[in-house]
Amino acid sequence: MEVKIIIPTPLRQYTEKRDAVQLRAATVGEALQGLTGLYGGLRKHLYNDEGKLRSFVNVYLNDEDIRYLQKDQTPVKENDVISIVPSIAGGAGRLCICS
Amino acid sequence: MILKLKNHHLEQMLAHAGRDYPSECCGILLGKTDGESKIVHEIIEMRNLRHNPSKAQELLPLDSTEKETDRNRFLIDPEEQVRVEKSARERRLDVIGYYHSHPDHPARPSGYDRDHAWPWYSYVIIQVFRGKAGEFTSWVLTEDRSGFDYEGIELEV
Repeated sequence: MEVKIIIPTPLRQYTEKRDAVQLRAATVGEALQGLTGLYGGLRKHLYNDEGKLRSFVNVYLNDEDIRYLQKDQTPVKENDVISIVPSIAGGAGRLCICS
Repeated sequence: MILKLKNHHLEQMLAHAGRDYPSECCGILLGKTDGESKIVHEIIEMRNLRHNPSKAQELLPLDSTEKETDRNRFLIDPEEQVRVEKSARERRLDVIGYYHSHPDHPARPSGYDRDHAWPWYSYVIIQVFRGKAGEFTSWVLTEDRSGFDYEGIELEV
């Protein structure tokens, strides 16, 4: 199935400035793997060191959060649209390295 | 990059931070990019979803809901975020960053801030000390996700 993945603004620097990428996949997980296969720079911002989707990264298939569908096993249909939406989170605490 | 904003944008963020003390406040910076500048056009005040711990835990679980509360954590509901982004796009604006407050903590990013950040966005942090908003800074995640770089703020009257 050919699906479209919408690339959020901060990640377009890794996709040759493309705001959307079309590729063939059977599931949402496969589509995301295909995307990071094409654009390796995206991987560390989407996946953690264990290769799992970062906890603050949400994926929507059309308008539905895949955590309420079949997560990355969610099958896709022709012309489906996948969106990557960060949960914006933070807060005070142990300071991190900054320059 | 440099973050350019008008005095009334800053006043709006500081007032929000003071009003929500001792909780953390949060919001979205909408604007445009122009060369090496990000220019703020609008500040959108958002709800800190940590006020609703059960929903927040479902979306982004915390290790300890006793130690981590709306006084030291914030979360923007991704569905509300999508709504704001859509409406911004219709007005030809982009999400260029976010702001949040650090009640009784310095305006410096925490390890938790870093773990939940994406590159490019401006992350404005406002220190609120005993209810009064004070120092404010802006940060951008480093490419290797190891920390943040300080981002200059240019205030226009």
